[in-house]
Amino acid sequence: MRAITSEKTTHPVLIFWIVAGWVGFVLLPWYGVEEFWFLEWLTDGWPTDSDYAPGAFLLGQGEKPWLWPLVPALLAPLLVLQRRKTDPVFAYVLLAAGGFGFAWLVAQGLGIGIRGWTADWLAALFGPLEDRQYGMGYGALIVASAFLFLFTQGIAARGAINGDVFVTGAIGGVIAVVTIFVFFPIAKMLAAAFITEEGGYSIPLFFAKFFDNRIWGLGCLSGTRCGVAWNSLFLAVLVGVLTTLLGLVFALVLTRSGFRFKRELRAITVLPIITPPFVIGLAIILLFGLSGAVTTWVADLIGIRPTRWVYGLPGILIAQLLAFTPIAFLVLIGVVEGVSPSMEEAAQTLRATRWQTFRTVSLPLMRPGLANAFLLGFIESMADFGNPLVLGGNYDVLSTEIFFAIVGAQYDQGRAAILSMVLLGFTLAAFYLQRFWLGKKSYTTVTGKGDAGVHPQMPRGLAIPVYVIAALWGTFTLIIYGMILYGSMVQLWGVDNTLTFKHYITAFAVRFEEGGIRWVGSAWDSFWTTMMISTVAAPLTAAVGLITAYLLTRQDFAGKRSFEFGTMLSFAIPGTVIGVSYILAFNVPPIEITGTGLILVISFIFRNMPVGVRAGIASMSQLDRSLDESSLTLGANSWQTFRRVILPLLRPAILAALVYSFVRAMTAISAVIFLVSARYDMATSYIIGRVENNDYGLAIAYSTTLIFVMLAAVGLLQLLVGRTQIGRRLAHEQGGS
Amino acid sequence: MRSIALGVSLFAVSVGAANAAGKLNLYCAAQEEWCQVMARGFEDATGIDVDMTRKSSGETFAQVKAEESNPKGDVWWGGTGDPHLQAAEEGLTEPYVSPMRDQLHPWAISQATSAGDRTIGIYSGALGFGYNSDLLAANGLTAPACWEDLTKPEFKGHVQMANPNSSGTAYTTLATMVQLFGEDGGFDYMKRLHANINQYTKSGSAPIKAAGQGETTIGIVFMHDAVAQTVAGFPVVTVAPCEGTGYEIGSMSIIAGARNMDEAKQFYDWALSAEAQNLALEVNAFQVPSNMGAQTSDKAPDLSSIKLIDYDFKKYGSSDERKRLLAKWDSDVSTLPQ
Repeated sequence: MRAITSEKTTHPVLIFWIVAGWVGFVLLPWYGVEEFWFLEWLTDGWPTDSDYAPGAFLLGQGEKPWLWPLVPALLAPLLVLQRRKTDPVFAYVLLAAGGFGFAWLVAQGLGIGIRGWTADWLAALFGPLEDRQYGMGYGALIVASAFLFLFTQGIAARGAINGDVFVTGAIGGVIAVVTIFVFFPIAKMLAAAFITEEGGYSIPLFFAKFFDNRIWGLGCLSGTRCGVAWNSLFLAVLVGVLTTLLGLVFALVLTRSGFRFKRELRAITVLPIITPPFVIGLAIILLFGLSGAVTTWVADLIGIRPTRWVYGLPGILIAQLLAFTPIAFLVLIGVVEGVSPSMEEAAQTLRATRWQTFRTVSLPLMRPGLANAFLLGFIESMADFGNPLVLGGNYDVLSTEIFFAIVGAQYDQGRAAILSMVLLGFTLAAFYLQRFWLGKKSYTTVTGKGDAGVHPQMPRGLAIPVYVIAALWGTFTLIIYGMILYGSMVQLWGVDNTLTFKHYITAFAVRFEEGGIRWVGSAWDSFWTTMMISTVAAPLTAAVGLITAYLLTRQDFAGKRSFEFGTMLSFAIPGTVIGVSYILAFNVPPIEITGTGLILVISFIFRNMPVGVRAGIASMSQLDRSLDESSLTLGANSWQTFRRVILPLLRPAILAALVYSFVRAMTAISAVIFLVSARYDMATSYIIGRVENNDYGLAIAYSTTLIFVMLAAVGLLQLLVGRTQIGRRLAHEQGGS
Repeated sequence: MRSIALGVSLFAVSVGAANAAGKLNLYCAAQEEWCQVMARGFEDATGIDVDMTRKSSGETFAQVKAEESNPKGDVWWGGTGDPHLQAAEEGLTEPYVSPMRDQLHPWAISQATSAGDRTIGIYSGALGFGYNSDLLAANGLTAPACWEDLTKPEFKGHVQMANPNSSGTAYTTLATMVQLFGEDGGFDYMKRLHANINQYTKSGSAPIKAAGQGETTIGIVFMHDAVAQTVAGFPVVTVAPCEGTGYEIGSMSIIAGARNMDEAKQFYDWALSAEAQNLALEVNAFQVPSNMGAQTSDKAPDLSSIKLIDYDFKKYGSSDERKRLLAKWDSDVSTLPQ
């Protein structure tokens, strides 16, 4: 079938991108236009006004002469339209035109800014420049994409990846966006580690700062305090292991037990993920703090003074377990469900006991899930900022140190960069350890062959502790949420416990007048912005994440490992660093998007994409490649295969990615603090403002509302995405239990 | 339109009817409600549209610095003075001499002169501490009245302050002790205090919030933050230490290269007026305004009854002195066992 395509001389994809390139160049405004989608620019001087003019008109009017080299690059692909894909000229022209066009766009964007040349050596080389340019707009964006995909089609035509246009395009696209929105800003930020106070660069200074005793000190072994690096590492390992275990416990109860209230249990387990920051921390203080209900009760019982025991490692650990177990659960549930019952049934037929089956068949097949769940727990704990801030006591961790190196009294961005490097180092190590543990074994169990079994129940020896742990943790979660709900309805939490709805009214009052509803509550603005941005970000995040996962598990290309790590990078770095690095990178041309909603959406996509990638990889490594192959043999191309075969089998992963990215967009705080603006204020930043202002009631009421909104959204997503039908029987009663 | 806004705004005169009202990007580093009434108050007074973004002082400084090559904000109003002085030192803010200066207290002007007119004082607040009266009684402690009281052995584990490395409030505490007791005496005091500290928080006002919630007995903070807790309904009592104390000067600066420079200056002058500063009475802000004609809330600590030291903002606000003191605190105080 492939042989047929390569003989054709009409290339629909090629034509599409050539047309797109010309539309971008001739019709759309080349530079950024505020409020593009209101289309005011259409009637406000377009196409000749230089603020709104497309690239071609700018050149026609004798402006921005550095755009001229783009014209031949746009013309060249037209020449090869009539040639065959196998013709070497076809490939070379596309490679040259796409590659040159893209490179030139990047070079001119970085080289010429709002004050002319951006570097002194450019001015020295080409003489002074009287002109300048602002951030790129939709015109430039589309032309850049066109060049990129012309280039990848050139690569495909050279025979890379079996000449598959979709796969090469996807790889090129993902590499480009990850480079622009992950590597570029982070590199800009990390460069600060080498900058001295005088503005020069210094390597020895870097090492002196890097091996600082406050980072690596081992004082806790001798009675004082340990460095932040060890604190973070210890906490993260603990959280990684425990969240994975708890996640597994819940996944087992849901898939391998006769538990009756599965739906409710599932809701409880994902509850913490939909909780805005600080709220869990506040609830834990109210329970376990010095004046907390539990602490004072226990102290009275055994006759001692209440202590501040919760501040420090215990507090952070409890809060992070609550917050991150759902992530482990979401990764594991897909994998635990995906383990093919036929394998387990085969083991039982061979007279293995339930325990043997579980230990030698089920558990090893869950390894990709366990490893990915651990990795996510580890990284989340490393990057978490809200919980250590509220509950950390004197147990300093990297993420808070980084935040206060930037915003604290020291104004030391260099130190922040160095601490970020330490954090990244740990993440990198965890990442490779995880790969090493998984090894080269196969975890494929969904093969497309007859697979109508039912999961066996857990062995009894395992079931009892699993039930106990699930029950205890579930109850604990419920108590915490009971506290939160209660806290939103009392006058002043901890002091005046009269019930009231005033916080909800302040935040969410509406008035019905003639001409419609007036949103008079103080929270509506940030609420609608948050909803809009989360709704836009979630599907994009899931899409980028799953396509990346598909490329990583199903395709082989050079540099795949570093590419995989690159996709994890933005997740591993604390939000604060992302926030500041985004300002550094995207407040100036060529990409000038600070103060817009777009920068929030983009930061969410690249910050949350790794969960989609991880969930996708975990699920996809269970799908046998013969499924793809049979689809390909039957004449589908790789896009159709991805769309019709893989995607439907990935429903749990899609759901996980969608839910996670939606929810994180609504609850993220540390990156957002730097990216919100007057027009795009987010719910979390509003909540923090309230907490700082002692308005705990209002903050908690807003958070509670968000929790319910997200619950509804998660339910809706579940309905929309649907469940994977792997053709298994549903009930245990019919199975061999 | 856009290039006008982006252009060298010093020469950008408002043109056209649509532009007559103008607009202003305000970076506000005070509490949310105060920021809101300032933004709306200015809109009412001038008809200029205000886009207000509220962040903490440190976050605002970090943002202004990150946006240095392409500023997005026009005026930075509020927040403790040190980041404003730091920004002035780094040339991130614009010198401006307001015609309103003759109405201001001398401390507000001296803040401006020490920064080469790149910032100015808009309010001040004295350092002190607050205690939770319920917890104090439950632990059978006598109410502390002086800085020295906080180092008594019976207060071990009862005192909370912020970490001077992360919080401007705590750095003010350190600098105050150095000025009050001399450098050696100040550090000796910090060491003795260290033995009683139950936690160095990250954020400056966190200790008094913890005291309000009953999570620590005493918190060292600016007195107006402690008063805000009491007004919010928490059992917190504010103390002005008997030895005397330092203070902060909340400041305002125009961001260098502001796109709406005219509007920025208009706001600057307006924010120094008694009328604008009286807006603080509408929200729970208990600082002392810098305009001599503005009123101070009756709940605010009375500065005239507090022994204020002659705080040297120029010296202790400079980044060299700050780095030196913080490094010394790090090596001599924070490493001691508690």
